[in-house]
Amino acid sequence: MATWPRRHGRLSKPATAVTRALHDPRLPRLLHPAAWWAWAIGLAMAASRTTNPLLLALVVAVAGYVVASRRELGAASPFGAFLRLGLFVIAMRVVFVALLGGGVPGRTVLFTLPQVPLPAGTGGVRLGGPVTLEGVLAAAYDGARLAAVLACIGAANALASPRRLLRYVPATLYEVGTALVVALTYAPQLVDDARRVRTARRLRGHAGRGPRELARLAVPVLDSALERSLDLAASMESRGYGRSVHRDARSRRKATALTLFGLGGVVAGVYGLLDGGSAPLLGLPLLLVGSAAAAASLAVGARRERRSRYRPDPWAAPEWVVASSGAIAGALVLVAAQRGVPGIIVQTSPAVWPTLPWLPALGVLLGLVPGWLSPLPPLRALERKGSHPDNLSRDNDSQDIHAQEIRTQEIRAKSIGRAS
Amino acid sequence: MIRFENVGVRFDDGDKPVLSGVDLQVDEGELVLVVGATGSGKTTLLRCVNGLVPHFSGGTLSGRVTVDGRDTRTHRPRDLADVVGVVGQDPAAAFVTDTVEEELAYGMESLGVHGDVMRRRVEETLDLLSLADVRQRTLRTLSGGQQQRVAIGGVLAAHPRVLVLDEPTSALDPVAAEEVLAALTRLVHDLGLTVLLAEHRLERVVQYADRVVVVENGRVSSNLPAAAMAMSPVSPPIIDLGRLAGWSPLPLSVRDARRVAGPMRQALAGRTPARVVRSITMTGQSESLLSARALVVNRGRRAVLRGIDLEVRTGEVVALMGRNGSGKSTLLAAACGQLPTRGGSVRTGGFDPASLNPRELMRHVGLVPQDPGLLLYDETVGAECRAADTDVRATPGTTRALLVHLAPDVQDSTHPRDLSEGQRLALALAIVLAGQPPLVLLDEPTRGLDYGAKTRLVASLRSLAAEGHGVLVATHDVELVAELADRVMVIADGELVTDGPAAAVLAGSPAFAPQVAKVMHPQPWLTVADVAAALEAS
Repeated sequence: MATWPRRHGRLSKPATAVTRALHDPRLPRLLHPAAWWAWAIGLAMAASRTTNPLLLALVVAVAGYVVASRRELGAASPFGAFLRLGLFVIAMRVVFVALLGGGVPGRTVLFTLPQVPLPAGTGGVRLGGPVTLEGVLAAAYDGARLAAVLACIGAANALASPRRLLRYVPATLYEVGTALVVALTYAPQLVDDARRVRTARRLRGHAGRGPRELARLAVPVLDSALERSLDLAASMESRGYGRSVHRDARSRRKATALTLFGLGGVVAGVYGLLDGGSAPLLGLPLLLVGSAAAAASLAVGARRERRSRYRPDPWAAPEWVVASSGAIAGALVLVAAQRGVPGIIVQTSPAVWPTLPWLPALGVLLGLVPGWLSPLPPLRALERKGSHPDNLSRDNDSQDIHAQEIRTQEIRAKSIGRAS
Repeated sequence: MIRFENVGVRFDDGDKPVLSGVDLQVDEGELVLVVGATGSGKTTLLRCVNGLVPHFSGGTLSGRVTVDGRDTRTHRPRDLADVVGVVGQDPAAAFVTDTVEEELAYGMESLGVHGDVMRRRVEETLDLLSLADVRQRTLRTLSGGQQQRVAIGGVLAAHPRVLVLDEPTSALDPVAAEEVLAALTRLVHDLGLTVLLAEHRLERVVQYADRVVVVENGRVSSNLPAAAMAMSPVSPPIIDLGRLAGWSPLPLSVRDARRVAGPMRQALAGRTPARVVRSITMTGQSESLLSARALVVNRGRRAVLRGIDLEVRTGEVVALMGRNGSGKSTLLAAACGQLPTRGGSVRTGGFDPASLNPRELMRHVGLVPQDPGLLLYDETVGAECRAADTDVRATPGTTRALLVHLAPDVQDSTHPRDLSEGQRLALALAIVLAGQPPLVLLDEPTRGLDYGAKTRLVASLRSLAAEGHGVLVATHDVELVAELADRVMVIADGELVTDGPAAAVLAGSPAFAPQVAKVMHPQPWLTVADVAAALEAS
């Protein structure tokens, strides 16, 4: 039997016809979720290093375009919700700065709010008073930065369900895994329940809108969503999630320690990369150390792991393209920010009209590459052919794509067969 | 295979134990049916088998439950996952993944089933439960029946030796239910699977059972099906018919009943059931409460209703039937203005429901949704009733009086969540009726109802119709339709297929025929009550 190791979804040599097909971006399939998340983190990194509203808008546009062209049909799309959350963040930020003053001194007074005198010694904090253009702009840019990062996270959520990513949480961390799945289900469940309850509320003669209604409906909605989450946890448990953990206490402790250390390192590293204010060396080295520790824990966990994987996501050329396009986009803006390229940080005092720095802009545009060069998700591919996604096999037009899809499945089946 | 030894279960907030002194043994390859009224402790009994009680539910378990020799006190549910598969009442609540295939594979992944084996079993399961053409769909977009089948499939694919199912067919249409049950019996016969199954719709399952366990007031007794049915507090129509005719042993399947029903058919030959007469006289003077003309409604981009024409008039009870996902709930939602129309028109009491504000809307139409809990927001039944009175500006006490009529034994201080299914439905119905809407819509009202609750529901809906209300019920339950409806509409794939008197539609097709009709075929009898009345008259 031909044996070639195939660990962590990665295809290794020799490149047969089977693996070559997976490298072809024209073959409709779902990408490895980690590829999309890497791409999104790259874009988020770019967004976090600039306050230029034009550049930030470009990041959001790039993320939006890729979501629009590569999201699987029928999958949940939280992108819009994240955009709205971003707008909310900007608005809050501006309102607070206008009310409390932001520490950004400015001379261009837009208007003056009635000021409430505060006792001396409260520092720069005030209540009301003059609202300056500089202060408002600084707040809006800052808010926009966070909004763009949120948009990137929303894009990752829309392109690769976090639940698919969760399949890669090692069984050594099964409590964390359960908590994450439950948490991830809770929010959409809550939105779903809220919508259903509000619709039903109409049947009792209320519109279901307004603060009073909200107060009345909040408890039952939160209640039922929580109950569902518990049901879900029970379901995971009774279907055997986390079985493998109870084997050997020592190796479990070792793996858990390594994983926690690794995840901590990864989180700190990502924070270092995203936060412009932290020391430049905090980011990358910590990320590397963290990743190494996480990988080590995976290796320790994998030896013990008795879980198997159904149709593991392959990692082939399209995944590299997607992940690296985001990474390069982030790196370019990072370097530009490090070098102090003008236009990355927009001057607010005195306020000037922002201009688009061309090199970082080109870098961000690299993030568009997955919009053309990544494989279409299967249902969307069918839709492009002009048939309805619900009746895959009935439609004659879709036969060839359907056949192609079947081929993908066969290919995966074979590659799994070989792996063993 | 499964052993209960003097098992008692008591939850912390309950004043009396849910189960007590349960001794039960289920052998390998048995299909055991668990029956009992709502709230009798069936679900608790089932959840004991894989240790969800007490590991997940809290409470105290006394005695011992062992499955394949493993004690549930020392084994958590996940340690029993390779032996026991559990499908709960609400399939959607148990989905862990996003798509059909992933959900089917999830249990096997946790158990570490080899990749090749896993793929083969997923394919087999897709075929076994006819899910192949939705294999890539997102679980949230499936119809209730499809979700139910995915939930069963996800557990079956892991090949447990014991399968525990809590009301597996309650959300399924008659044909889909038969398919699922046929698949189960095949597994029992071919693979020696042990099945423990709770179900309210006994007419669907009792014939497949090797043994019947009756749960009553926390006590459990087990017996052969015919013997258990003879004294069971709940019984399907065929048993009632058998008791009426004094057949012994009681027939459990239509086939057995037909063989002994010859004399009864002879005695009733040439007579017309009273109900046929009634529904003919009903359709005289009446006004239209709901009318749809060439109605087209979309959900997302998919057209769910494609050109429906229908009419519901005062004083009639109409049943809306059809496959899972055929558009029944969508039609009801459109009649309440919850979904916009894409074409044609729908008029409720002469108005476009979507254009009415909520306060006006509830003067014309009331809907009891599939999950009655959606209408309940308060901490106690009493508060809920008072809120309903203020909502519709009725005199205080109106809702409470209606509730007493529908379900006499509900306490004011109870939390709505702690009510039984039937009581919760009654409360929701009372709230809807407080506004005195001329048109009452019910979506799948018999899910989780035992026969007693169903009989009370039928009586209250019939009296509503007698008072001049129009009632439209979307349901899969043919026995309910037989007892309740004047007229039956069948929709398939968003189109109206049949619209006619209940007797003609139900007796006309084997899929929709109630048990009595099958036994009495070719005579047009639908319910035990009809037969009893005719026998008494002769």
